[in-house]
Amino acid sequence: MTDAEPAIRVRGLRKAYGEIQAVRQLDLDVARGEVFALLGPNGAGKTTTVEILEGYRARDAGEVSVLGMDPAQHAGHLKERIGIVLQSTGLSGYLTVAEAVQMYAGYYPRPRDVDEVIALVGLTDARWRRINQLSGGQRRRVDLALALAGDPELLFLDEPTTGFDPSARRQAWEVVRDLAGLGKTILLTTHYMDEAQALANRVAIIADGQILAQGSPESLGGRDAGASIVRFALPDGLALPDRWDVRRDGPIYEIRSETPTRLLHELTEWALGEGVELSGLRVARPSLEDVYLKLTDAAEAA
Amino acid sequence: MRGMGLALRQVRFENRAFWRNPAAAFFTFVFPLMFMVIFNVLIGRGNPEASRFFTPAIIVFAVITATYTNLAMSVTMARDEGILKRMRGTPLPAWAYLAGRIGHAIAIGVLLVIIVAAFGALFYGVEVPWRQLPQLLLTLVLGAATFCILGLALTSFVPNADAAPAVVNATVLPLLFISNVFIRLDAAPAWIEAVSRFFPVRHFADAMLDVYAGSGLAWSDLGVMAAWALAGAVVALRFFSWEPRQ
Repeated sequence: MTDAEPAIRVRGLRKAYGEIQAVRQLDLDVARGEVFALLGPNGAGKTTTVEILEGYRARDAGEVSVLGMDPAQHAGHLKERIGIVLQSTGLSGYLTVAEAVQMYAGYYPRPRDVDEVIALVGLTDARWRRINQLSGGQRRRVDLALALAGDPELLFLDEPTTGFDPSARRQAWEVVRDLAGLGKTILLTTHYMDEAQALANRVAIIADGQILAQGSPESLGGRDAGASIVRFALPDGLALPDRWDVRRDGPIYEIRSETPTRLLHELTEWALGEGVELSGLRVARPSLEDVYLKLTDAAEAA
Repeated sequence: MRGMGLALRQVRFENRAFWRNPAAAFFTFVFPLMFMVIFNVLIGRGNPEASRFFTPAIIVFAVITATYTNLAMSVTMARDEGILKRMRGTPLPAWAYLAGRIGHAIAIGVLLVIIVAAFGALFYGVEVPWRQLPQLLLTLVLGAATFCILGLALTSFVPNADAAPAVVNATVLPLLFISNVFIRLDAAPAWIEAVSRFFPVRHFADAMLDVYAGSGLAWSDLGVMAAWALAGAVVALRFFSWEPRQ
């Protein structure tokens, strides 16, 4: 296959479990060397989609091509070239880290050097320790190490940092960035906005089995073009004039505007006139979280 | 063949992990001997005839423990922990993984048989039937294979790891009592005899008793075991699950 061919191409994917339509009409393209995040709430169809791509599940309809192969037909060959980190970790505890990686490396035709894999996930110091003596975060790295043992071209990470403390998450992100630096294509699912923002070249927001929007984290949902948000707090008992479209959350007020300069001018003029302080005043682009909530709320309402 | 090599390699890793849990390993080997001593003391009361019964009977018990009980429990646990699902995500052929597990279970079974047979010869004067060695090996191989397959088949009906000990024990313990293993069946009620003859434990025990008594191979017993093995294989192929059952 050529580099121009996408690592993953999905058209019109559908999958139902009984009455429940888990994935409906989903399209997806992931380019080679890209870190792509599927972002969505629990039950959105992320894991179902990924497990169809990995060859675990049969699809009801649609076209799927992963590294140029249909996972429903060439699962055996495909598995030699992909690495999978599942949501739940499955590790037998009595082998050491090095033994476990060595065991998995033996399943693949062209494995990566065991010590190199262990170094990549930052477990060099723990490599002679048994897996059942490791912390939760370290075990998750073993998961990653096992997925890397076969030197995959494409890596699937299903919620790789769920349940991590903040510092373990940062460390895991570093590992993912290192892997991206090696030219691996990575498809990750997450329900953390900051994770998608920190890692992905492109993000797709998925809810109710459909992709609602996709693009770079900076441009998603018109973040780079659309309205700005002005945020500030007001003391109790004060009311803003009606001329603005205000959203209020406790003492925090938000005003969306296509012309923030003009809005700020009017707002501060009003505040000076009233003699109040607009504490915490700031102007921001809609965050990825704003876009996400707007899209997923709309999907839920529909 | 690459698949065979992978299966053997898998046996070695299973084996390494097994010995890393010394408490579990120790009791795996001591458990059948404890039964042997208790039965000889309480039921046999020093009668050499009883010892000649309990040595092959405990060999049968040991093989069933090492294969059926062990596989049904450990594979259910591995399934619930996601180990099986992860294996399915690698190029390792499914059969090679299971062959690795079966190979390890049989290796433990073989060690147990040697220990029990030696214990019977040393402490109870029950001679190892060397002249019947081919018959002994054939019976052991068929018995071990049958109960490995049945153990794997049973996992299809165990809903989760917590339920595994209860389900596994309930399926095998009563049979051990009515199948010429824990108790010699002399003039048992007809219905017990009928139930006993339906299931494979009885036929494994009778075949082993025959070998120890020097009366050659009981082909009908081996035939029933093979039929159970076949039925177990059909069930396992159809219903075995690589993922936790919800």
